[in-house]
Amino acid sequence: MHFVVCAKQIPDPETPPSAFRIDEANNEVIPAPGISPVLSQFDGMAAEAALRIIEAAGEGKITVISLGQESAQAAIKQVLAMGADEGILLEDDALQGGDSYTTARTLAAAIEKLGDVDAVFCGRQAADWDMGQVGLGLAELLGWPSAIIAKDVQIENGTMHVQRVLADGFETVALPLPAVVTISNEIGDPRYPKLQQIMRAARKTVNRWSAEDLGLDPSTVGDAGARLKLERLFIPELGGDVEIMEGESAEEQAQNLATTLREAKVL
Amino acid sequence: MARNILVIGELDGGALSSTTAELVGGASRLADGGQVSVTLTGAGASGQTDAAFAAGADRAFVNDDATYDEFRSDQWVGAAEQAIDQSAPDVILIAQSIVGRDLGPRLAFRRDTAVAMDCVSIEDSGGAFRATRPCYGGNAQATYAFATSPAIATVRAKSQEPLDPPREGASGEVVELSGAGESRAEIVGREAAVAEGLQLQDAPVVVSGGRGLGAPEGFGLVEELAEAIGTDKAAVGSSRAACDLGWYPPSQQVGLTGKVVTPDLYIAIAISGASQHMAGCSGSKTIIAINKDPEANIFKAARYGIVGDYKEVLPPLIEAVKNLD
Ligand SMILES: Cc1cc2nc3c(=O)[nH]c(=O)nc-3n(C[C@H](O)[C@H](O)[C@H](O)COP(=O)(O)OP(=O)(O)OC[C@H]3O[C@@H](n4cnc5c(N)ncnc54)[C@H](O)[C@@H]3O)c2cc1C
Ligand SMILES: Nc1ncnc2c1ncn2[C@@H]1O[C@H](COP(=O)(O)O)[C@@H](O)[C@H]1O
Repeated sequence: MHFVVCAKQIPDPETPPSAFRIDEANNEVIPAPGISPVLSQFDGMAAEAALRIIEAAGEGKITVISLGQESAQAAIKQVLAMGADEGILLEDDALQGGDSYTTARTLAAAIEKLGDVDAVFCGRQAADWDMGQVGLGLAELLGWPSAIIAKDVQIENGTMHVQRVLADGFETVALPLPAVVTISNEIGDPRYPKLQQIMRAARKTVNRWSAEDLGLDPSTVGDAGARLKLERLFIPELGGDVEIMEGESAEEQAQNLATTLREAKVL
Repeated sequence: MARNILVIGELDGGALSSTTAELVGGASRLADGGQVSVTLTGAGASGQTDAAFAAGADRAFVNDDATYDEFRSDQWVGAAEQAIDQSAPDVILIAQSIVGRDLGPRLAFRRDTAVAMDCVSIEDSGGAFRATRPCYGGNAQATYAFATSPAIATVRAKSQEPLDPPREGASGEVVELSGAGESRAEIVGREAAVAEGLQLQDAPVVVSGGRGLGAPEGFGLVEELAEAIGTDKAAVGSSRAACDLGWYPPSQQVGLTGKVVTPDLYIAIAISGASQHMAGCSGSKTIIAINKDPEANIFKAARYGIVGDYKEVLPPLIEAVKNLD
């Protein structure tokens, strides 16, 4: 079995809101000083899901693919340290920028170039733009079935069984391979690589493919090919205007809150 | 400018879902004299056309087939494509639901166009559609213009207003969709996991607990406060940190990757107010925070707050609420 894990490097989503800044002139997030970019959380979970299946089967290979800048090597290395076998960085000027459409198109071209892929594992959404569509876009471009927001994935006799998270429960879906699945946090925390694995990952191969290597016309990828044009990025007002309850004791504060809520007709 | 809008409708227990009514209402404003169409698929669909016309639709594409009661993307994409071919929409609106999260991107890629997910507003200005949506875990919002047509948006519940009053007795055109077709995905099991009683999204009051409760037992006090407010009014929610620790069921998680709630009153207890949590509750009318850290982000979004240890604050608060006549 050959699996692909799609891994994106993003600004740390757990950056405290007070340190979150936007460059409104360029519609960009300003990296918070001292906070390094990270592997998008759900992509680590996608790697975990793929690794569990390979371990249970006792055979198989994982290729991790990232579309990004040079620094995205770190995200690839992290998945390699978890246990993936090979990495591919899709990187060149033509591929920069872009949207979900161009991302899916570029990743699909890489998966087609690999040729022998049985399943693709993505995160449920990249924790920067929170779109949640690249996995489904891949499925559509490759012509494969898919299931999203999984809490468990098993593969048996060429069929993928995905337990999906619904609003009011769970549903198990059977998909013929090859297929795409997107993973949610209900799957559990990804494994934490040991030092030895990190060192071994440093020696694993990371190939680098450009738009040309993928046979992609530069006008259809990156910024040039994007279909959603970002016009404005801004920080919304929270505007709570908080009134803190006074009181000598917790009892007094609590009583004040109850009275205030009654007077404001909130309770 | 007159625009044709297609809404992908959903049924809830056989009836037009409240979000579908919101989307059709929003569509009828956006259409500006153009046609509003809606798809209605699933058991009972043909009985819901009048509700859809009252909500603002001019035309309903119907397939009263229980196959659609469960989501299989091949079949839902098929139904949507038939409706697109017959209504030539400029814009397609889909709820950001279990259906929409999957159908939106599938449909966009199938039709070689683009979708913006989880939008909170859609406007038609200067001859182009623009959609605004939260991103960066709710820290930011982004406004996009669409370079391709039709523009597809999945839309957050409660972000569009239903027609008020509805067009009672309005009529429209009913078009039958053809068969559901094959599905590559097969649903082989289903398990319900949902709290009994009042549902989070329906409750006028939501009382939520977080990691600062320190132990699962802390939810006992949170539940007592909800009961004091009234079991017919208040539901209990949780932060993801508390769910991940196994202190409270994942079905009750509020936030970006949990449920989006818009109650009259949201009470956050021992929750720091991370952007991804606020993404699920910032639409609440009034937010109250109880947190021992005066610098906690939650106080920036709250209208009222108590700085203190929940263990000391909740017991007298529960009594005080019980004593409100
Ligand atoms: C991609 C992504 C998606 C996410 N989705 C969600 C989501 O859907 N929902 C969600 O909630 N989170 C989500 N998160 C996680 C989010 O970033 C936060 O980590 C999480 O919300 C923190 O939960 P918390 O506030 O309960 O815990 P903490 O941040 O640990 O806060 C605990 C709070 O309790 C207070 N406290 C401690 N002891 C007491 C006491 N005795 N009395 C009173 N107050 C006390 C502390 O001052 C602190 O403010 C997501 C994160 C990512 C990266
Ligand atoms: N630049 C990228 N490189 C690799 N994988 C990506 C990239 N962007 C998105 N993905 C994958 O697609 C998933 C969903 O992303 P999105 O649709 O952008 O929210 C992510 O969790 C990744 O698995």
